[in-house]
Amino acid sequence: MIAHSGWFSAMGDCTSMSETNHIQRTGTAGFLARMRNIGRKADIHEALPLIPESSIAGKALVTIISIMTFLATLTAGSAVLIRDASQGWSNQITQEMTIQIKPQPGRNLDVDVETAAAAVKAFPGVESVKVFSKLESSNLLEPWLGSSVSLDELPIPRLIVVKPLTGGLEIEKLREMLSEKAPHAVLDDHRLWFERLTNMANALVFAAIFVLALVITAMALAIAFATRGAMAGTRDIIDVLHFVGAHDKFISKEFQKHFFKLGLKGAAIGGFSTLAAFALAGLLLKIWNGGTGSEQIESLFGTFSLSWPGIVLIVILTILIAFLVGNISRVIVFRHLQTLR
Amino acid sequence: MVRFENVGLRYGMATETLRDLTFSIEPRSFQFLTGPSGAGKTTLLRLILLSLRPTRGFISLFGRETSTLEKDDITAIRRRIGVVFQDFRLLDHLTTYQNVSLPLLVQGKEESSYRAEVQELLKWVGLGNHMDAYPPVLSGGEKQRVAIARALIMRPELLLADEPTGNVDPSMARRLLRLFVELHKSGTSVVIATHDLSLMDQFDSAQRLVLGDGRLHIYE
Repeated sequence: MIAHSGWFSAMGDCTSMSETNHIQRTGTAGFLARMRNIGRKADIHEALPLIPESSIAGKALVTIISIMTFLATLTAGSAVLIRDASQGWSNQITQEMTIQIKPQPGRNLDVDVETAAAAVKAFPGVESVKVFSKLESSNLLEPWLGSSVSLDELPIPRLIVVKPLTGGLEIEKLREMLSEKAPHAVLDDHRLWFERLTNMANALVFAAIFVLALVITAMALAIAFATRGAMAGTRDIIDVLHFVGAHDKFISKEFQKHFFKLGLKGAAIGGFSTLAAFALAGLLLKIWNGGTGSEQIESLFGTFSLSWPGIVLIVILTILIAFLVGNISRVIVFRHLQTLR
Repeated sequence: MVRFENVGLRYGMATETLRDLTFSIEPRSFQFLTGPSGAGKTTLLRLILLSLRPTRGFISLFGRETSTLEKDDITAIRRRIGVVFQDFRLLDHLTTYQNVSLPLLVQGKEESSYRAEVQELLKWVGLGNHMDAYPPVLSGGEKQRVAIARALIMRPELLLADEPTGNVDPSMARRLLRLFVELHKSGTSVVIATHDLSLMDQFDSAQRLVLGDGRLHIYE
Protein backbone atom coordinates (compact mmCIF):
# COMPACT_ATOMS: atom_id res chain seq x y z
CA MET A 1 0.00 0.00 0.00
CA ILE A 2 1.36 3.40 -0.94
CA ALA A 3 1.49 5.85 1.91
CA HIS A 4 -0.10 9.16 1.16
CA SER A 5 2.41 11.18 3.20
CA GLY A 6 5.27 9.65 1.23
CA TRP A 7 3.77 10.66 -2.08
CA PHE A 8 2.99 14.10 -0.88
CA SER A 9 6.42 14.84 0.56
CA ALA A 10 8.07 13.49 -2.56
CA MET A 11 5.97 15.57 -4.92
CA GLY A 12 5.71 18.65 -2.78
CA ASP A 13 8.00 20.55 -5.10
CA CYS A 14 5.93 19.59 -8.14
CA THR A 15 2.65 20.99 -6.93
CA SER A 16 1.46 24.56 -6.72
CA MET A 17 0.50 26.23 -3.47
CA SER A 18 -3.21 25.87 -4.15
CA GLU A 19 -2.77 22.19 -4.92
CA THR A 20 -0.79 21.78 -1.70
CA ASN A 21 -3.60 23.37 0.26
CA HIS A 22 -6.12 21.11 -1.43
CA ILE A 23 -4.23 17.96 -0.47
CA GLN A 24 -3.72 19.21 3.06
CA ARG A 25 -7.45 19.78 3.30
CA THR A 26 -8.42 16.37 1.94
CA GLY A 27 -5.90 14.56 4.13
CA THR A 28 -4.18 11.19 4.00
CA ALA A 29 -6.99 9.19 5.57
CA GLY A 30 -9.55 10.43 3.10
CA PHE A 31 -7.32 9.63 0.16
CA LEU A 32 -6.59 6.08 1.33
CA ALA A 33 -10.24 5.47 2.11
CA ARG A 34 -11.22 6.47 -1.41
CA MET A 35 -8.45 4.35 -2.89
CA ARG A 36 -9.96 1.34 -1.11
CA ASN A 37 -13.36 2.14 -2.57
CA ILE A 38 -12.20 1.53 -6.11
CA GLY A 39 -14.14 -1.45 -7.26
CA ARG A 40 -17.55 -1.44 -8.92
CA LYS A 41 -18.73 -1.43 -12.55
CA ALA A 42 -17.98 1.45 -14.90
CA ASP A 43 -20.18 4.36 -15.90
CA ILE A 44 -17.73 6.68 -17.72
CA HIS A 45 -16.84 3.63 -19.79
CA GLU A 46 -19.77 4.17 -22.13
CA ALA A 47 -18.80 7.75 -22.80
CA LEU A 48 -15.09 7.23 -23.33
CA PRO A 49 -14.15 6.04 -26.80
CA LEU A 50 -10.87 4.15 -26.54
CA ILE A 51 -10.72 3.88 -30.32
CA PRO A 52 -10.58 7.34 -31.97
CA GLU A 53 -13.98 8.10 -33.47
CA SER A 54 -12.98 10.26 -36.40
CA SER A 55 -10.61 9.03 -39.03
CA ILE A 56 -10.39 9.00 -42.79
CA ALA A 57 -10.91 5.21 -42.74
CA GLY A 58 -14.00 5.72 -40.59
CA LYS A 59 -15.53 8.20 -43.02
CA ALA A 60 -14.82 5.91 -45.97
CA LEU A 61 -16.38 3.01 -44.10
CA VAL A 62 -19.53 5.01 -43.31
CA THR A 63 -19.79 5.81 -47.04
CA ILE A 64 -19.37 2.14 -48.00
CA ILE A 65 -21.91 0.99 -45.41
CA SER A 66 -24.43 3.63 -46.49
CA ILE A 67 -24.09 2.62 -50.16
CA MET A 68 -24.34 -1.08 -49.33
CA THR A 69 -27.30 -0.50 -47.02
CA PHE A 70 -28.99 1.57 -49.73
CA LEU A 71 -28.54 -1.27 -52.23
CA ALA A 72 -29.62 -3.93 -49.74
CA THR A 73 -32.72 -2.08 -48.56
CA LEU A 74 -33.59 -0.98 -52.11
CA THR A 75 -33.46 -4.64 -53.17
CA ALA A 76 -35.56 -5.72 -50.18
CA GLY A 77 -38.03 -2.87 -50.74
CA SER A 78 -38.31 -3.76 -54.43
CA ALA A 79 -38.98 -7.39 -53.51
CA VAL A 80 -41.80 -6.30 -51.20
CA LEU A 81 -43.14 -3.99 -53.90
CA ILE A 82 -43.14 -6.82 -56.45
CA ARG A 83 -44.77 -9.20 -53.99
CA ASP A 84 -47.45 -6.62 -53.18
CA ALA A 85 -48.01 -5.87 -56.87
CA SER A 86 -48.21 -9.58 -57.68
CA GLN A 87 -50.78 -9.95 -54.91
CA GLY A 88 -52.73 -7.06 -56.43
CA TRP A 89 -52.58 -8.56 -59.92
CA SER A 90 -53.74 -11.95 -58.68
CA ASN A 91 -56.60 -10.35 -56.73
CA GLN A 92 -57.71 -8.47 -59.81
CA ILE A 93 -57.41 -11.52 -62.03
CA THR A 94 -59.15 -13.97 -59.74
CA GLN A 95 -61.98 -11.51 -59.13
CA GLU A 96 -63.32 -12.00 -62.61
CA MET A 97 -63.49 -14.49 -65.48
CA THR A 98 -64.16 -14.00 -69.16
CA ILE A 99 -66.45 -15.94 -71.49
CA GLN A 100 -65.61 -15.55 -75.17
CA ILE A 101 -68.17 -16.47 -77.81
CA LYS A 102 -66.87 -16.61 -81.36
CA PRO A 103 -69.19 -16.04 -84.32
CA GLN A 104 -70.11 -19.32 -86.03
CA PRO A 105 -71.57 -19.73 -89.53
CA GLY A 106 -75.30 -20.40 -89.36
CA ARG A 107 -75.67 -19.24 -85.78
CA ASN A 108 -77.02 -16.01 -84.34
CA LEU A 109 -74.26 -14.56 -82.18
CA ASP A 110 -76.56 -12.27 -80.19
CA VAL A 111 -78.79 -15.22 -79.27
CA ASP A 112 -75.79 -17.31 -78.25
CA VAL A 113 -74.53 -14.46 -76.07
CA GLU A 114 -77.90 -13.97 -74.42
CA THR A 115 -78.30 -17.71 -73.80
CA ALA A 116 -74.86 -18.00 -72.29
CA ALA A 117 -75.30 -14.84 -70.14
CA ALA A 118 -78.66 -16.04 -68.82
CA ALA A 119 -77.28 -19.50 -68.02
CA VAL A 120 -74.24 -18.07 -66.23
CA LYS A 121 -76.30 -15.51 -64.31
CA ALA A 122 -78.46 -18.36 -62.95
CA PHE A 123 -75.42 -20.45 -62.00
CA PRO A 124 -74.74 -20.67 -58.23
CA GLY A 125 -71.75 -18.66 -57.05
CA VAL A 126 -71.96 -15.94 -59.67
CA GLU A 127 -72.25 -12.45 -58.31
CA SER A 128 -72.72 -10.52 -61.53
CA VAL A 129 -72.48 -10.81 -65.29
CA LYS A 130 -71.58 -8.04 -67.71
CA VAL A 131 -72.18 -8.57 -71.40
CA PHE A 132 -69.98 -6.54 -73.71
CA SER A 133 -72.10 -5.20 -76.59
CA LYS A 134 -70.87 -5.39 -80.15
CA LEU A 135 -69.81 -1.75 -79.96
CA GLU A 136 -67.95 -2.29 -76.69
CA SER A 137 -66.21 -5.35 -78.13
CA SER A 138 -65.24 -3.34 -81.19
CA ASN A 139 -63.92 -0.54 -79.00
CA LEU A 140 -61.54 -2.99 -77.31
CA LEU A 141 -59.87 -3.53 -80.68
CA GLU A 142 -59.69 0.12 -81.60
CA PRO A 143 -56.28 0.77 -79.96
CA TRP A 144 -54.73 -1.88 -82.22
CA LEU A 145 -56.70 -1.38 -85.46
CA GLY A 146 -57.43 2.34 -85.31
CA SER A 147 -60.75 4.18 -85.55
CA SER A 148 -60.77 4.48 -89.31
CA VAL A 149 -61.25 0.77 -89.90
CA SER A 150 -64.86 -0.45 -90.15
CA LEU A 151 -65.26 -3.40 -87.81
CA ASP A 152 -68.77 -4.31 -88.90
CA GLU A 153 -67.50 -6.77 -91.49
CA LEU A 154 -65.11 -8.52 -89.13
CA PRO A 155 -66.15 -11.60 -87.13
CA ILE A 156 -65.46 -10.07 -83.75
CA PRO A 157 -65.94 -12.40 -80.76
CA ARG A 158 -68.24 -11.19 -77.98
CA LEU A 159 -67.22 -11.10 -74.38
CA ILE A 160 -69.08 -11.78 -71.14
CA VAL A 161 -67.31 -10.77 -67.91
CA VAL A 162 -68.33 -12.90 -64.93
CA LYS A 163 -67.70 -11.75 -61.35
CA PRO A 164 -67.85 -14.73 -58.98
CA LEU A 165 -68.70 -14.66 -55.32
CA THR A 166 -65.60 -15.17 -53.20
CA GLY A 167 -64.91 -18.91 -52.98
CA GLY A 168 -68.42 -19.79 -54.06
CA LEU A 169 -68.02 -20.71 -57.71
CA GLU A 170 -67.21 -24.18 -59.04
CA ILE A 171 -65.44 -23.36 -62.27
CA GLU A 172 -65.36 -26.88 -63.75
CA LYS A 173 -69.13 -27.30 -63.30
CA LEU A 174 -69.66 -23.86 -64.89
CA ARG A 175 -67.49 -24.94 -67.82
CA GLU A 176 -69.55 -28.19 -68.22
CA MET A 177 -72.78 -26.28 -68.06
CA LEU A 178 -71.55 -23.79 -70.68
CA SER A 179 -70.49 -26.59 -73.07
CA GLU A 180 -74.07 -27.87 -72.95
CA LYS A 181 -75.92 -24.53 -73.18
CA ALA A 182 -73.50 -22.59 -75.43
CA PRO A 183 -71.09 -25.02 -77.13
CA HIS A 184 -69.06 -22.27 -78.78
CA ALA A 185 -68.43 -20.35 -75.56
CA VAL A 186 -64.95 -20.53 -74.10
CA LEU A 187 -64.50 -19.84 -70.40
CA ASP A 188 -61.18 -18.27 -69.46
CA ASP A 189 -60.52 -18.16 -65.70
CA HIS A 190 -57.08 -16.52 -66.28
CA ARG A 191 -55.39 -19.38 -64.43
CA LEU A 192 -52.58 -19.74 -66.96
CA TRP A 193 -51.91 -16.03 -66.91
CA PHE A 194 -52.07 -15.97 -63.12
CA GLU A 195 -49.62 -18.90 -62.80
CA ARG A 196 -47.14 -17.24 -65.13
CA LEU A 197 -47.48 -13.99 -63.26
CA THR A 198 -46.98 -15.70 -59.91
CA ASN A 199 -43.95 -17.58 -61.20
CA MET A 200 -42.44 -14.39 -62.54
CA ALA A 201 -43.09 -12.54 -59.28
CA ASN A 202 -41.62 -15.40 -57.23
CA ALA A 203 -38.56 -15.49 -59.49
CA LEU A 204 -38.09 -11.76 -59.00
CA VAL A 205 -38.44 -12.07 -55.22
CA PHE A 206 -35.89 -14.93 -55.14
CA ALA A 207 -33.55 -12.90 -57.34
CA ALA A 208 -33.94 -9.99 -54.92
CA ILE A 209 -33.12 -12.23 -51.95
CA PHE A 210 -30.04 -13.51 -53.80
CA VAL A 211 -28.89 -9.97 -54.60
CA LEU A 212 -29.55 -8.99 -50.98
CA ALA A 213 -27.37 -11.90 -49.79
CA LEU A 214 -24.62 -10.86 -52.20
CA VAL A 215 -24.75 -7.24 -51.05
CA ILE A 216 -24.62 -8.24 -47.38
CA THR A 217 -21.73 -10.65 -48.06
CA ALA A 218 -19.84 -7.92 -49.90
CA MET A 219 -20.53 -5.56 -47.01
CA ALA A 220 -19.32 -8.12 -44.45
CA LEU A 221 -16.07 -8.52 -46.40
CA ALA A 222 -15.67 -4.74 -46.61
CA ILE A 223 -16.18 -4.50 -42.83
CA ALA A 224 -13.66 -7.29 -42.28
CA PHE A 225 -11.01 -5.49 -44.34
CA ALA A 226 -11.85 -2.16 -42.73
CA THR A 227 -11.54 -3.71 -39.25
CA ARG A 228 -8.15 -5.17 -40.09
CA GLY A 229 -7.10 -1.79 -41.46
CA ALA A 230 -8.36 -0.02 -38.35
CA MET A 231 -6.50 -2.51 -36.16
CA ALA A 232 -3.28 -1.89 -38.02
CA GLY A 233 -3.83 1.84 -37.55
CA THR A 234 -4.57 1.46 -33.86
CA ARG A 235 -1.89 -1.09 -33.00
CA ASP A 236 -0.29 1.37 -30.56
CA ILE A 237 -3.60 1.81 -28.75
CA ILE A 238 -4.10 -1.96 -28.55
CA ASP A 239 -0.59 -2.36 -27.12
CA VAL A 240 -1.20 0.30 -24.48
CA LEU A 241 -4.53 -1.27 -23.53
CA HIS A 242 -2.80 -4.64 -23.15
CA PHE A 243 -0.02 -3.15 -21.04
CA VAL A 244 -2.43 -1.43 -18.67
CA GLY A 245 -4.22 -4.73 -18.14
CA ALA A 246 -7.09 -4.85 -20.64
CA HIS A 247 -8.50 -8.25 -21.56
CA ASP A 248 -8.92 -9.16 -25.23
CA LYS A 249 -12.67 -9.25 -24.69
CA PHE A 250 -12.60 -5.66 -23.43
CA ILE A 251 -10.57 -4.45 -26.43
CA SER A 252 -12.74 -6.30 -28.95
CA LYS A 253 -15.85 -4.80 -27.33
CA GLU A 254 -14.33 -1.35 -27.73
CA PHE A 255 -13.85 -2.07 -31.42
CA GLN A 256 -17.40 -3.42 -31.60
CA LYS A 257 -18.74 -0.18 -30.10
CA HIS A 258 -16.64 1.87 -32.48
CA PHE A 259 -17.77 -0.05 -35.56
CA PHE A 260 -21.37 -0.28 -34.36
CA LYS A 261 -21.49 3.53 -34.26
CA LEU A 262 -20.00 3.73 -37.77
CA GLY A 263 -22.39 0.99 -38.91
CA LEU A 264 -25.40 2.71 -37.39
CA LYS A 265 -24.48 6.00 -39.02
CA GLY A 266 -23.87 4.42 -42.44
CA ALA A 267 -26.91 2.13 -42.24
CA ALA A 268 -29.17 5.00 -41.15
CA ILE A 269 -28.03 7.10 -44.11
CA GLY A 270 -28.53 4.15 -46.50
CA GLY A 271 -31.92 3.13 -45.08
CA PHE A 272 -33.22 6.69 -45.02
CA SER A 273 -32.04 7.18 -48.62
CA THR A 274 -34.01 4.10 -49.69
CA LEU A 275 -37.20 5.33 -47.98
CA ALA A 276 -36.65 8.73 -49.60
CA ALA A 277 -36.06 7.08 -52.99
CA PHE A 278 -39.36 5.16 -52.81
CA ALA A 279 -41.22 8.26 -51.62
CA LEU A 280 -39.68 10.29 -54.45
CA ALA A 281 -40.58 7.61 -57.03
CA GLY A 282 -44.20 7.63 -55.79
CA LEU A 283 -44.28 11.43 -55.92
CA LEU A 284 -42.85 11.53 -59.43
CA LEU A 285 -45.42 8.96 -60.54
CA LYS A 286 -48.19 11.14 -59.15
CA ILE A 287 -46.82 14.23 -60.90
CA TRP A 288 -46.34 12.23 -64.07
CA ASN A 289 -49.84 10.79 -63.81
CA GLY A 290 -51.53 10.59 -67.20
CA GLY A 291 -48.30 10.27 -69.13
CA THR A 292 -47.78 7.45 -71.61
CA GLY A 293 -45.53 5.31 -69.42
CA SER A 294 -47.14 6.09 -66.08
CA GLU A 295 -50.19 3.94 -66.72
CA GLN A 296 -48.04 0.89 -67.47
CA ILE A 297 -45.91 1.47 -64.37
CA GLU A 298 -48.97 2.05 -62.23
CA SER A 299 -50.65 -1.07 -63.56
CA LEU A 300 -47.50 -3.04 -62.71
CA PHE A 301 -46.49 -1.52 -59.38
CA GLY A 302 -49.59 0.34 -58.22
CA THR A 303 -48.75 3.81 -56.92
CA PHE A 304 -45.13 2.70 -56.35
CA SER A 305 -45.59 3.31 -52.64
CA LEU A 306 -44.14 0.89 -50.10
CA SER A 307 -46.55 -0.88 -47.79
CA TRP A 308 -45.99 -0.80 -44.01
CA PRO A 309 -44.34 -4.26 -44.03
CA GLY A 310 -41.88 -2.91 -46.61
CA ILE A 311 -41.04 0.14 -44.48
CA VAL A 312 -40.68 -2.02 -41.37
CA LEU A 313 -38.44 -4.43 -43.31
CA ILE A 314 -36.16 -1.57 -44.37
CA VAL A 315 -35.91 -0.25 -40.80
CA ILE A 316 -35.18 -3.75 -39.44
CA LEU A 317 -32.56 -4.35 -42.14
CA THR A 318 -30.92 -1.02 -41.29
CA ILE A 319 -30.67 -1.92 -37.59
CA LEU A 320 -29.49 -5.46 -38.41
CA ILE A 321 -26.75 -4.10 -40.66
CA ALA A 322 -25.49 -1.86 -37.83
CA PHE A 323 -25.37 -4.85 -35.46
CA LEU A 324 -23.76 -6.98 -38.18
CA VAL A 325 -21.01 -4.40 -38.64
CA GLY A 326 -20.33 -4.24 -34.89
CA ASN A 327 -20.31 -8.00 -34.42
CA ILE A 328 -18.14 -8.77 -37.43
CA SER A 329 -15.51 -6.34 -36.19
CA ARG A 330 -15.67 -7.75 -32.64
CA VAL A 331 -15.12 -11.32 -33.85
CA ILE A 332 -12.27 -10.32 -36.17
CA VAL A 333 -10.56 -8.22 -33.49
CA PHE A 334 -10.95 -10.91 -30.85
CA ARG A 335 -9.52 -13.60 -33.13
CA HIS A 336 -6.62 -11.35 -34.06
CA LEU A 337 -5.90 -10.45 -30.43
CA GLN A 338 -5.79 -14.13 -29.54
CA THR A 339 -2.79 -14.48 -31.84
CA LEU A 340 -0.92 -11.64 -30.10
CA ARG A 341 1.21 -12.06 -27.00
CA MET B 1 8.88 -11.42 -7.51
CA VAL B 2 10.84 -11.63 -10.79
CA ARG B 3 13.32 -14.39 -11.51
CA PHE B 4 15.39 -14.91 -14.66
CA GLU B 5 17.52 -18.02 -15.14
CA ASN B 6 19.84 -18.33 -18.14
CA VAL B 7 17.48 -16.29 -20.25
CA GLY B 8 18.50 -15.59 -23.83
CA LEU B 9 16.79 -13.68 -26.60
CA ARG B 10 17.57 -13.52 -30.27
CA TYR B 11 15.67 -11.95 -33.13
CA GLY B 12 15.43 -14.35 -36.07
CA MET B 13 18.75 -16.01 -36.89
CA ALA B 14 20.87 -13.15 -35.55
CA THR B 15 23.19 -13.53 -32.59
CA GLU B 16 21.59 -13.28 -29.17
CA THR B 17 20.68 -9.76 -28.11
CA LEU B 18 20.52 -10.86 -24.50
CA ARG B 19 22.22 -13.98 -23.19
CA ASP B 20 22.54 -15.92 -19.99
CA LEU B 21 20.59 -13.43 -17.91
CA THR B 22 20.28 -14.68 -14.38
CA PHE B 23 18.97 -12.34 -11.73
CA SER B 24 15.99 -11.74 -9.50
CA ILE B 25 14.02 -8.71 -8.37
CA GLU B 26 12.96 -9.03 -4.78
CA PRO B 27 9.84 -7.51 -3.23
CA ARG B 28 10.36 -3.95 -1.91
CA SER B 29 13.62 -3.60 -3.80
CA PHE B 30 14.97 -0.75 -5.91
CA GLN B 31 17.26 -1.20 -8.87
CA PHE B 32 18.66 0.80 -11.72
CA LEU B 33 18.97 -0.99 -15.02
CA THR B 34 21.72 0.68 -16.98
CA GLY B 35 24.04 0.22 -19.90
CA PRO B 36 24.92 1.95 -23.14
CA SER B 37 22.27 2.78 -25.71
CA GLY B 38 21.22 -0.35 -27.56
CA ALA B 39 22.45 -2.63 -24.80
CA GLY B 40 18.97 -4.13 -24.44
CA LYS B 41 17.50 -2.28 -21.45
CA THR B 42 14.10 -1.79 -23.10
CA THR B 43 14.18 -5.37 -24.39
CA LEU B 44 14.77 -6.67 -20.88
CA LEU B 45 11.87 -4.60 -19.57
CA ARG B 46 9.67 -6.01 -22.34
CA LEU B 47 10.64 -9.53 -21.27
CA ILE B 48 9.53 -8.70 -17.73
CA LEU B 49 6.33 -7.16 -19.10
CA LEU B 50 5.66 -10.36 -21.11
CA SER B 51 5.48 -8.55 -24.42
CA LEU B 52 8.43 -10.62 -25.65
CA ARG B 53 9.09 -14.33 -25.24
CA PRO B 54 12.64 -15.43 -24.49
CA THR B 55 14.21 -17.84 -26.96
CA ARG B 56 15.67 -19.81 -24.06
CA GLY B 57 15.82 -19.85 -20.30
CA PHE B 58 13.32 -19.60 -17.49
CA ILE B 59 11.36 -16.57 -16.35
CA SER B 60 9.14 -16.50 -13.30
CA LEU B 61 6.87 -13.60 -12.39
CA PHE B 62 5.08 -13.38 -9.06
CA GLY B 63 5.82 -17.06 -8.52
CA ARG B 64 4.51 -18.24 -11.90
CA GLU B 65 6.53 -19.69 -14.71
CA THR B 66 5.75 -17.50 -17.72
CA SER B 67 6.09 -19.91 -20.66
CA THR B 68 2.87 -21.69 -19.76
CA LEU B 69 0.75 -18.65 -18.97
CA GLU B 70 -2.61 -18.22 -20.68
CA LYS B 71 -3.62 -14.81 -22.04
CA ASP B 72 -5.84 -14.10 -19.05
CA ASP B 73 -2.95 -14.93 -16.71
CA ILE B 74 -0.72 -12.52 -18.59
CA THR B 75 -3.36 -9.80 -18.20
CA ALA B 76 -3.63 -10.55 -14.48
CA ILE B 77 0.14 -10.26 -14.08
CA ARG B 78 0.27 -7.01 -16.06
CA ARG B 79 -2.28 -5.54 -13.69
CA ARG B 80 0.31 -5.97 -10.92
CA ILE B 81 2.96 -4.12 -12.91
CA GLY B 82 3.09 -0.38 -13.58
CA VAL B 83 5.09 0.66 -16.58
CA VAL B 84 6.44 4.01 -17.75
CA PHE B 85 7.50 3.84 -21.37
CA GLN B 86 10.37 5.81 -22.80
CA ASP B 87 8.04 7.21 -25.47
CA PHE B 88 5.21 7.64 -22.91
CA ARG B 89 2.64 5.72 -24.99
CA LEU B 90 -0.19 8.06 -24.06
CA LEU B 91 -3.40 7.89 -26.08
CA ASP B 92 -3.55 11.19 -27.95
CA HIS B 93 -7.34 11.23 -28.25
CA LEU B 94 -7.83 10.97 -24.48
CA THR B 95 -7.32 13.75 -21.97
CA THR B 96 -4.67 13.68 -19.27
CA TYR B 97 -7.33 12.60 -16.76
CA GLN B 98 -8.60 9.83 -19.04
CA ASN B 99 -5.10 8.57 -19.76
CA VAL B 100 -4.33 8.26 -16.06
CA SER B 101 -7.72 6.58 -15.46
CA LEU B 102 -7.10 4.02 -18.21
CA PRO B 103 -5.83 1.13 -16.03
CA LEU B 104 -8.92 1.50 -13.83
CA LEU B 105 -11.26 1.90 -16.77
CA VAL B 106 -10.11 -1.30 -18.47
CA GLN B 107 -10.83 -3.17 -15.25
CA GLY B 108 -14.43 -1.99 -15.36
CA LYS B 109 -14.14 0.26 -12.31
CA GLU B 110 -16.81 2.85 -11.69
CA GLU B 111 -15.60 6.32 -12.61
CA SER B 112 -17.13 7.90 -9.54
CA SER B 113 -15.06 5.55 -7.36
CA TYR B 114 -11.72 6.77 -8.69
CA ARG B 115 -12.36 10.29 -9.94
CA ALA B 116 -11.05 11.96 -6.78
CA GLU B 117 -7.97 9.75 -6.61
CA VAL B 118 -7.00 10.39 -10.20
CA GLN B 119 -7.46 14.11 -9.69
CA GLU B 120 -5.33 14.07 -6.55
CA LEU B 121 -2.59 12.04 -8.17
CA LEU B 122 -2.52 14.44 -11.10
CA LYS B 123 -2.21 17.33 -8.68
CA TRP B 124 0.65 15.58 -6.93
CA VAL B 125 2.56 15.25 -10.16
CA GLY B 126 1.90 18.93 -10.86
CA LEU B 127 -0.70 18.46 -13.56
CA GLY B 128 -3.76 19.62 -11.64
CA ASN B 129 -4.33 22.36 -14.17
CA HIS B 130 -3.91 20.09 -17.17
CA MET B 131 -6.52 17.42 -16.49
CA ASP B 132 -8.50 18.21 -19.61
CA ALA B 133 -5.47 18.74 -21.81
CA TYR B 134 -4.66 16.29 -24.58
CA PRO B 135 -1.14 14.83 -24.83
CA PRO B 136 -0.22 16.61 -28.08
CA VAL B 137 -0.35 19.98 -26.27
CA LEU B 138 1.75 18.82 -23.30
CA SER B 139 5.51 19.27 -23.00
CA GLY B 140 7.79 16.23 -22.85
CA GLY B 141 8.13 16.55 -19.09
CA GLU B 142 4.37 16.82 -18.63
CA LYS B 143 3.77 13.76 -20.77
CA GLN B 144 6.36 11.93 -18.71
CA ARG B 145 4.49 12.78 -15.53
CA VAL B 146 1.17 11.68 -17.03
CA ALA B 147 2.80 8.37 -17.95
CA ILE B 148 4.15 8.03 -14.41
CA ALA B 149 0.76 8.85 -12.90
CA ARG B 150 -0.86 6.23 -15.14
CA ALA B 151 1.67 3.65 -13.95
CA LEU B 152 1.08 4.53 -10.30
CA ILE B 153 -2.70 4.82 -10.18
CA MET B 154 -3.13 1.07 -9.63
CA ARG B 155 -0.49 1.05 -6.88
CA PRO B 156 1.52 -1.65 -8.63
CA GLU B 157 3.65 -4.21 -6.85
CA LEU B 158 6.35 -3.72 -9.47
CA LEU B 159 7.12 -0.50 -11.32
CA LEU B 160 9.13 -0.59 -14.54
CA ALA B 161 10.27 2.80 -15.80
CA ASP B 162 12.16 3.16 -19.06
CA GLU B 163 14.25 6.34 -19.04
CA PRO B 164 11.64 8.14 -16.91
CA THR B 165 13.80 11.24 -16.59
CA GLY B 166 14.96 11.34 -20.18
CA ASN B 167 12.71 14.22 -21.15
CA VAL B 168 12.84 16.41 -18.09
CA ASP B 169 15.34 18.92 -16.73
CA PRO B 170 17.70 17.87 -13.89
CA SER B 171 15.53 19.54 -11.27
CA MET B 172 12.37 17.66 -12.37
CA ALA B 173 14.44 14.48 -12.70
CA ARG B 174 15.40 14.75 -9.02
CA ARG B 175 11.77 15.28 -8.04
CA LEU B 176 10.61 12.29 -10.05
CA LEU B 177 13.35 10.15 -8.55
CA ARG B 178 12.16 11.16 -5.09
CA LEU B 179 8.69 10.02 -6.09
CA PHE B 180 10.03 6.61 -7.13
CA VAL B 181 12.01 6.33 -3.92
CA GLU B 182 8.91 7.13 -1.86
CA LEU B 183 6.96 4.60 -3.86
CA HIS B 184 9.68 2.03 -3.13
CA LYS B 185 9.50 2.86 0.59
CA SER B 186 5.79 2.27 0.49
CA GLY B 187 6.39 -1.31 -0.69
CA THR B 188 6.65 -1.25 -4.46
CA SER B 189 9.63 -2.81 -6.22
CA VAL B 190 11.10 -0.34 -8.68
CA VAL B 191 13.21 -0.93 -11.77
CA ILE B 192 14.41 2.21 -13.50
CA ALA B 193 16.15 1.83 -16.83
CA THR B 194 18.50 4.77 -17.35
CA HIS B 195 21.93 5.68 -18.56
CA ASP B 196 21.96 8.84 -16.46
CA LEU B 197 24.82 8.25 -13.99
CA SER B 198 24.05 11.39 -12.00
CA LEU B 199 20.53 10.11 -11.39
CA MET B 200 21.87 6.81 -10.07
CA ASP B 201 24.35 8.60 -7.84
CA GLN B 202 21.44 10.27 -6.07
CA PHE B 203 20.27 6.91 -4.73
CA ASP B 204 23.37 4.96 -3.88
CA SER B 205 21.69 2.12 -2.03
CA ALA B 206 19.90 0.89 -5.14
CA GLN B 207 21.03 -2.26 -6.83
CA ARG B 208 22.56 -1.66 -10.25
CA LEU B 209 21.92 -4.04 -13.11
CA VAL B 210 24.35 -3.22 -15.89
CA LEU B 211 23.80 -4.58 -19.38
CA GLY B 212 26.72 -4.84 -21.74
CA ASP B 213 27.43 -7.12 -24.69
CA GLY B 214 24.11 -8.81 -24.07
CA ARG B 215 25.10 -9.90 -20.57
CA LEU B 216 23.98 -8.61 -17.20
CA HIS B 217 26.32 -7.58 -14.39
CA ILE B 218 24.90 -6.93 -10.96
CA TYR B 219 26.39 -4.42 -8.52
CA GLU B 220 24.94 -4.22 -5.02
